[in-house]
Amino acid sequence: MAIGLQLLVQICQMALVLALAPLFAGYVRKVKAHLLRRQGPPLAQHYRELLRLLRKDVVLADSASWVFRVAPYLIFATTWVAVSLVPTFAIGLIFSYAADVIAIVALLGSARFMLALAGLDVGTSFGGIGSSREMLIASLAEPAMLMVVFTLSLLAGSTQLSSIAASMQASDVGLRFSIALALIGLVMVALAENARIPIDNPATHLELTMVHEAMILEYSGRHLALIEAAAYLKLLLYVSVIACVFFPWGIAISGQGPAAYFAGIGVYLLKLAAGGFLLAVFETAIAKMRVFRVPDFLGAALMLGFLATLLLFVTLAG
Amino acid sequence: MALAGLLWCIGALLAISVAAIPAARHRWGTPAVYGSALCASTIGLGLALASLLGGGALLGALTLPVGLPWLGAHFRLDALAAFFLVVVNLGAAGASLYGLGYGSHEEAPGRVLPFFPAFLAGMNLVVLADDAFTFLFTWELMSLTSWALVMAHHRRPGNAAAGYLYLIMASFGTLALLLAFGLLAGPAGGYAFAAIRAAPPAPGVAAAVLVLALIGAGSKAGLVPLHVWLPLAHPAAPSHVSALMSGVMTKVAVYGAVRIVFDLLGVPTWWAGALVALLGGVTAVMGVLHALMEHDLKRLLAYHTVENIGIIFIGLGLALAFGANGMRAAAALALTAALLHVFNHSVFKSLLFFGSGAVLTATGERDMERLGGLIHRMPLTAFVFLVGSAAISALPPFNGFVSEWLTFQAILVSPALPQWLLKFLVPAIGALLALSAALAAACFVKAFGVTFLGRPRSDAARQAVETDRWSLATMLILAALCLVAGILPGYFIDALAPVVRALAGAQLPRQGELDWLTIVPVAQSRSSYNGLLLFLIIAFAAGLGAEAIHRWASGVSRRSAPWDCGFPDASPATQYTAGSFSQPIRRVFGSVVFRAREEVNMPPPGDLRAAQMHVRMRDVLWDAFYAPVAGLVSYVADRLNKVQFLSIRAYLTLVFGALVTLLTVLAVWR
Repeated sequence: MAIGLQLLVQICQMALVLALAPLFAGYVRKVKAHLLRRQGPPLAQHYRELLRLLRKDVVLADSASWVFRVAPYLIFATTWVAVSLVPTFAIGLIFSYAADVIAIVALLGSARFMLALAGLDVGTSFGGIGSSREMLIASLAEPAMLMVVFTLSLLAGSTQLSSIAASMQASDVGLRFSIALALIGLVMVALAENARIPIDNPATHLELTMVHEAMILEYSGRHLALIEAAAYLKLLLYVSVIACVFFPWGIAISGQGPAAYFAGIGVYLLKLAAGGFLLAVFETAIAKMRVFRVPDFLGAALMLGFLATLLLFVTLAG
Repeated sequence: MALAGLLWCIGALLAISVAAIPAARHRWGTPAVYGSALCASTIGLGLALASLLGGGALLGALTLPVGLPWLGAHFRLDALAAFFLVVVNLGAAGASLYGLGYGSHEEAPGRVLPFFPAFLAGMNLVVLADDAFTFLFTWELMSLTSWALVMAHHRRPGNAAAGYLYLIMASFGTLALLLAFGLLAGPAGGYAFAAIRAAPPAPGVAAAVLVLALIGAGSKAGLVPLHVWLPLAHPAAPSHVSALMSGVMTKVAVYGAVRIVFDLLGVPTWWAGALVALLGGVTAVMGVLHALMEHDLKRLLAYHTVENIGIIFIGLGLALAFGANGMRAAAALALTAALLHVFNHSVFKSLLFFGSGAVLTATGERDMERLGGLIHRMPLTAFVFLVGSAAISALPPFNGFVSEWLTFQAILVSPALPQWLLKFLVPAIGALLALSAALAAACFVKAFGVTFLGRPRSDAARQAVETDRWSLATMLILAALCLVAGILPGYFIDALAPVVRALAGAQLPRQGELDWLTIVPVAQSRSSYNGLLLFLIIAFAAGLGAEAIHRWASGVSRRSAPWDCGFPDASPATQYTAGSFSQPIRRVFGSVVFRAREEVNMPPPGDLRAAQMHVRMRDVLWDAFYAPVAGLVSYVADRLNKVQFLSIRAYLTLVFGALVTLLTVLAVWR
C-alpha cells in the first residue's frame, strides 16, 4: 500500500513536470517580451504549438534512417525521466534512488548523443554544423557540470539530489565560498545546455551561429513536437536542480502527506516564477557571443567548478 | 582441478596452432582452426567462470617440469587470474566465432591461422604464470605471435613500419619487466612468485620495481607516453586480431601491472598511487583527443583503447593511494571500478572492432571520409555499432557508465586522504576523467555518425552489403552483454568480490541481494544507481509517448528531399565530414595539445585556382621523447659505421685492445 502511494506521488511529479515545462518556457518568453515593451504571445502558446505540430504530418528526408525516427522518442523519454528524478516539490521520492545526480547528467548526455546523431542522419550541412557545435559545447559543459556536482556531493557527503537538498536545508552547511562558485558555474552550464543567450538563441533560424536549431532543422510534425517538449523539459530540469540545491526552502519530504505536498508545489511554482524572471532579465540584458567565444565562457565555468572542488578537497578533513 | 583443465585447453590451442600450418593450405582449414579455437576458449571460459564464482573450491597451483631445470614452470589459478582468464577467454571465444565468418575473406590465411591460436594460448599462459621465467617467456610468446599477426598484411603501406615500431616497443617493455623481476628476485634468485611474496623488497628497490613495472606493462597497455605503437599496430592486424589486441591483450598488460604492483610488491606507498592515477588521467585525455583527430575508423578505436586504459589506471592509482593509507573500503571501491572497466572495455571494444571489420569487409575502406550511409545497407551492423558506441561513451543504461560511475564515486571519497599532494591531484584527475568522458561521446557521435549515417561518400559505401551471419551473431551477443552488464551491474560487482578482497583486503557490500537490484557502493544515503529501473522507466516513458502519439496525433509520414533551410544540395560532398565535425574541437584543444596550425591558401580575386586549406598537427610526445632517441640511435649508428671499413691492422688492434681491457677489468674486479 505504502509503495502504491509513493508510486502515485512519483507519477504526479512526472505529470507535473510534463504539464509545467511548456508553461515555464512560455512564461520566460512572455517576460522577455514585456521587458522589450512587446505584448508577447500568450502563456499557453507553447501548448498550442505542440498540439499543432502533433496534428501535422511528418515529412521525412529521403536519406533519413530509423535513427532519425526513433531518436525523438528516446530523447523525449530520457529527458522526461531525468527531470522526474530531480526533486521538485518533494525530496526522497521513490524513483529518486534509481539515479544520482551523476546518472542524471549522464542521462542528459544520452539524450544529447541521440540528438547529435539525428542531426547527422539526413546528411545535410546544417545538421552537421549543429551536431558538431553541440558536441563541442557539451564536451566542456559536461565536465563543468560534473565539477559542480563534485562540489555539492563533497559538501553533502552524497551524490543523491534528495540527500544534497536535505543537507543544504539543514543549517550546518553555512555559507561557503565553494557554494557561490558552484552556483555561478551551474548557471553558466545551464545557459549553455539549454541553448539560451549568450551561447545560442532559441528564437532564430538560419543564422550562422545557431546550434540547437540547426540540428533539428529536418524535423517536422510529431517528431519535432517531441524534441521541442524535451527542450522545455530540460530547461525545467536545470531550473529545478538550481532551485532544489541552492534554494531548498519549503520543499516537502516524502511521506509528509498531501498538505505538505501541496505547500511544496506552491513554493516550487514561486521558485520557478522567480527563476524564470531572472533568466528573462539576464537574456534581455546580454548579447549573444560568437561560437568560438563559447569555449572561453564554458572554460570559465569549468574552472569555477574545479576551484570549488579543490577548495573543498583542501578544507574538508577526514 | 580447473587449472589442469585450463592447461589442457592451452595445450589444445598450441596443438591447433601447429596443425594450422598444413591446414591453412586447404579451404576447410579456416573454419576448422577457428572452430576448434572457439571450442577450446569456450571450455576455458567455462572453467575460468566456474573458478571465479566457485568461491575458491577450484583454485589451486601446479608445477610442470618444463622451463628452467631448477625452477620448473609454476602455474597458479587464484581469483585475480580467474577473473582475467574470463576476460581473455571471452574475447578469444568472440574473436574465434567472428573469425569463422571474417576469416573466409582472408587473402593469406597461412599468415594468420598458425599464429592466432598461439596468441590465445600465450595470453592465457601469462595470466596463469606463477614464476618470473614462465611469465616473461609467455609474455614474449604473446608479443611475438601478435607481432606476426600485425605483419600478416605486411605489404600494405604503413604496416611494416607499424610492426617494426611494435617490435621495438615490445622488446623495450619486456626488458623493463625483466629488470623488475630481477630486482624482485633479489641476489638469491627466488624467481617463483611465492618466494617473492615471502620476501618483499626494501622500499628503494620497491620504488624501482614499480617504475619498471609501469614501463613494462604500460608500454604493452598503451600508457602515455608509451602508447605510440598502439594506434599503428592494432589497426594493422586483421580485425578480429585487432579486437583481441585492443580488447584483451591490453588487459593482460593491466593484469601484469596489477600482479606486480598489488600482489608482489606488498604494501603500496601513497606516491605510487599518485603517479599511477596521474598517468591514467593524462592517458585518458590524450587518448581521446588523438581519437577525435583521427579519420581512420580502426585507428580511432585504437586511440580509444588508450583512453580507456587511462580510466582503468585512474582506478588502480586511487586504489593504491587508499590502500597505502589503510582505507580498505575505499580501496575496494576504486579497485572494483578499475576491474569492472577492464571487463566492460574488453566487451565493447571487441564489439566495435568487429563492427569496423564488418565495414572493412563490406567496403574495403577504413577511412571515414569515404564512408557514410551504411545504416541503410548494413542495418544490423549499424545497430550493434550504435550500442557499442553508447557503451564506450559511458551512457546509461549501458555498461560503460557503471564503471565510470564507480570511478567517480571513488574520487568523491578521496578528500579523506591525508597527503596534500593527493588532495590537489585527485580533483584534477576527476576533471580529466570528466573531460575524457564528454570528449568520448563527441568522438563516437563522429565515428558512428560519419560512418553509418548521412549519405554515402563513395561508390564502395554505396554498394556495401550486410556482413555474414557468424560475425553478426558475435556482435549481437556482445551487444546484449553490454546491455545486461549495464542494467544488472550488481551481479558483476559481486563476481569481482573475491578478487578485490584478495588484493585490497576488503570488498564492496554484496549487491545482488539489495532491493530491486540497486547498486550501492558505500551507503544508500550516499549514492545508488539502478540501471534496471532506469532502463524500465525510460522504456515505459518512450512507450507511453509513442502510444499517445499513435492514438491521438497524426500518424502520416511522407518522404521528400531534405529541406536544409531551402538550399538542398544533391552532392554528398556537402555533408559534414569527420574532419569538419572535429574542427571546432581541434581549434579549442588542438592548438595546444597538437600545435595544430591551419594554413589557408586563398588565390586573389580573378585567379581561377582552387582555394586550399592545410592542417598541420604535430604529436608533441613523439617530438619530445621519441624523435631525440631515434636521432641519437641513428647518429651513433652513423659513427659506428666507420668500424665496418677499417684495415686488418686496425681490426687486430681493436681485438687486442678489447682483450686487454677485459682482462684488466677482471683483474680489478677480483
